[in-house]
Amino acid sequence: MSSDDTYLNLVNGGFTGKVAKQFGLPQPAPLRRFAPGQPLLDGPVLVLGDDELADLLATDWALDVHRRPTPDLRYSAVVLGLTDLIHPSALSAPVMELAGVLKKLARGGRVVTVSRAASPEDAPSVAAARQGVDGFVRSIAKELRGGATANGLVLAADVPVTAPSVVGALRFFLSTRSAFVDGQLLAIDSSAGSLPSDWERPLEGRVAVVTGAARGIGESIAETLARDGAVVVAVDVPAAGEQLVAVANRVRGTALQLDVTAPDAGARLLEHTLQRHGRIDIVVHNAGITRDKLLANMTPEKWDAVLAVNIASQLAINEALLTSGDFTDAPRIVSLASTSGIAGNRGQANYAASKGGVIGMVRATAPLLAAFGGTANAVAPGFIETEMTARIPVVMRQVARRLNSLQQGGQPVDVAETVAFLASPAAGGIVGRVLRVCGQNLVGQ
Amino acid sequence: MARRTSTPTPSPRAAYVLGGNRIPFARAGGPYAHASNQDMLTATLDGLVARYGLQGERIGEVAAGAVLKHSRDFNLTRESVLGSALSPETPAYDVQMACATGLETVVSLSNKIRLGQLESAIAAGVDTTSDAPIAVSDRLRRALLDLSHARSTSQKLAALARIRPKDLAPSAPRTDEPRTQLSMGEHQALTTAQWGITQEAQDELALASHQRLAAAYDDGFFDDLVTPFRGLTRDANLRADSSLEKLASLRPVFGLGLDTPATMTAGNSTPLSDGASAVLLGSADWASSHGLTPLASVVDAEAAAVDFVHGVDGLLMAPTFAVPRLLARNGLTLADFDLVEIHEAFASTVLTILAAWESEEFGRSRLGLDGAFGSVDRAKLNVHGSSLAAGHPFAATGGRIVASVSKELHRRGPGTRALVSVCAAGGLGLTAILEAA
Repeated sequence: MSSDDTYLNLVNGGFTGKVAKQFGLPQPAPLRRFAPGQPLLDGPVLVLGDDELADLLATDWALDVHRRPTPDLRYSAVVLGLTDLIHPSALSAPVMELAGVLKKLARGGRVVTVSRAASPEDAPSVAAARQGVDGFVRSIAKELRGGATANGLVLAADVPVTAPSVVGALRFFLSTRSAFVDGQLLAIDSSAGSLPSDWERPLEGRVAVVTGAARGIGESIAETLARDGAVVVAVDVPAAGEQLVAVANRVRGTALQLDVTAPDAGARLLEHTLQRHGRIDIVVHNAGITRDKLLANMTPEKWDAVLAVNIASQLAINEALLTSGDFTDAPRIVSLASTSGIAGNRGQANYAASKGGVIGMVRATAPLLAAFGGTANAVAPGFIETEMTARIPVVMRQVARRLNSLQQGGQPVDVAETVAFLASPAAGGIVGRVLRVCGQNLVGQ
Repeated sequence: MARRTSTPTPSPRAAYVLGGNRIPFARAGGPYAHASNQDMLTATLDGLVARYGLQGERIGEVAAGAVLKHSRDFNLTRESVLGSALSPETPAYDVQMACATGLETVVSLSNKIRLGQLESAIAAGVDTTSDAPIAVSDRLRRALLDLSHARSTSQKLAALARIRPKDLAPSAPRTDEPRTQLSMGEHQALTTAQWGITQEAQDELALASHQRLAAAYDDGFFDDLVTPFRGLTRDANLRADSSLEKLASLRPVFGLGLDTPATMTAGNSTPLSDGASAVLLGSADWASSHGLTPLASVVDAEAAAVDFVHGVDGLLMAPTFAVPRLLARNGLTLADFDLVEIHEAFASTVLTILAAWESEEFGRSRLGLDGAFGSVDRAKLNVHGSSLAAGHPFAATGGRIVASVSKELHRRGPGTRALVSVCAAGGLGLTAILEAA
């Protein structure tokens, strides 16, 4: 819970909470975050459809799986297996079963659909049924309250529901790691990837580089990757060295003071990481800057600086990684995009161009890594409570926080958890995608 | 009777400089005004730990020191280690050799590594002229001590009665030489005059120091040598836009009472500074087991001292004698060095040392050579700037020089060699040879 979100604290207080409810004011719920040792789900889970999904949850994860809804039981999660949909009319039965338990869904509950991607090659009724799931998930995400979320996995034609990335993504969406991910449909493109031997340490033995790691979201990414077992190289500009030292020492990694726009940044990053840690598996491009101006008032310096840091540096570093011959053991690139890069934002033409660029870059980079079992993906944060958003004027900040289905700003750790998932071995079948961490922000897709 | 077999003395293994860290040097009363020696040394150690991934590591020994030191800081280095991310089981001790403290920790710890006594070590130094200790007067101190030992009321009253108002004035630490009552600047002014060093020559050296240090920062040379501290990201004394005109316009501050023209200004003398530095040392095995690359080996060192009290030699001229002895022992001449680092206490310190080495007369009469000792190619001298630009927190200077020159040697590759020279109060000088690893 954000300590400085006064409104969220008020509506969750006794008297002020009642008043807010009577006036029909937004009622954001405190979101529960992941901590090691936490059970995947606290209560029973209802699994509708696919038997294989029910087996996975009951056998591998030892969850209390129900195949038929028990009236008045408080479910922690509902999983809808919809991979065999062939006509929109077939949605009715599972959806109405879900409807029957929604009112009793636990606080912070989870609804996850597993369906197949619609394609122009499908029969029209099949494509209609599959695309229908998209609109359905986005709608119930907007209906859920109490910090509950709805998300979907969309499997490519030949991907079985037992594929590592389906299993990994399902677990991510069910867990508190996805607290601020809502209303998202994540494509699973292939059966690549592998399941970790320990779900609490999925990055054990992996070496990760995080740029912009001195503070904010980057600091949280470094901590989260280290918690998940990775050895972390924390990178930031030399001027941020003092904070960088604190982060590196906390996560027991190494600090590398480096301007990512330097011509030799990729070479220095590789040299440090390989020499100190013997390998390089994960690169998180988090370093970014804003230089907001309406385009009419934009200077070349402001435009160029943003594009140089936010996208050109990533392209150059990726080039160095790809040509090094050392980034070949199921490597992962995770880049920070932004909802601004998807929906646009007034006064951020430069920033949005750079972040849109990131999305294009991961899409085109992922296939280059496929031969090594690698992927590149992007994470697009919405309104996250950071030093940067704390500078937004008070009223505008209060409004911006409410403009999503969870009616609050996310925490840096929410972005970090999503980065950690995409960096994990299980995410090998997610190829060149963008996962939003925005509480289902009202703007963009 | 068992026969004693004599074991031949094994030749010592190499001790390597593996890296370093320092905080930017600040001017006295600047951003570190309220930072203690322990604050700065701890931050510097933590920066070294972060750079080399040494969290929780038990280092063989950490040796460090400060020239200006509070009496409560008797265990300054150990306390700083305890406050750092290093293993609390890391032994540490304090060293004090005036401005040569930092280089002395490098020399003594690398010798321990060479002997196989240590696998790893951190040599460090720190100084603050902002947070300097202030003591009570000797008369007040004695009266208070007598008071604490007094048993009867009358004895106590007698002790208190001895205190006079003037005894209450605090005494700030002085850097004057105790035996001559002359400041270091005034001593150097005598030497400068003796060797006829002009202000122009001093200003040229100072300008080069600023320009080279600024260029090194701009090139990112210090990206893995310096960690910002308390908002300072570069040495506060650095004037990238300095010029000979600006330097020439400064008024001389030392040697004003001499018969010769005064030439030493604030621009060609080092300012009082605050800062800290640390150097990571290790054996080849320790380096490889920690994924670290040896940058340079510490080959040999020589200290010297001069009789400045009787005016035989200038206060800061000891390196003039240490280097010829060091080079003779190693069969080297000045021409065998690719890099020469002479600490810029004052621009004229460097210039008088160079002048002495180039003097036939000095070579014959004082060094016992056939002629001049030799000359130093200015292109090899203080290539990334030195104390005139960076500042000079006394005990931190040795670590600054060793870490930077080791990195530069590694860049230049195997076979390259550096000479390091630091002069110090009390007529001391310490010099060392490093070779690229």
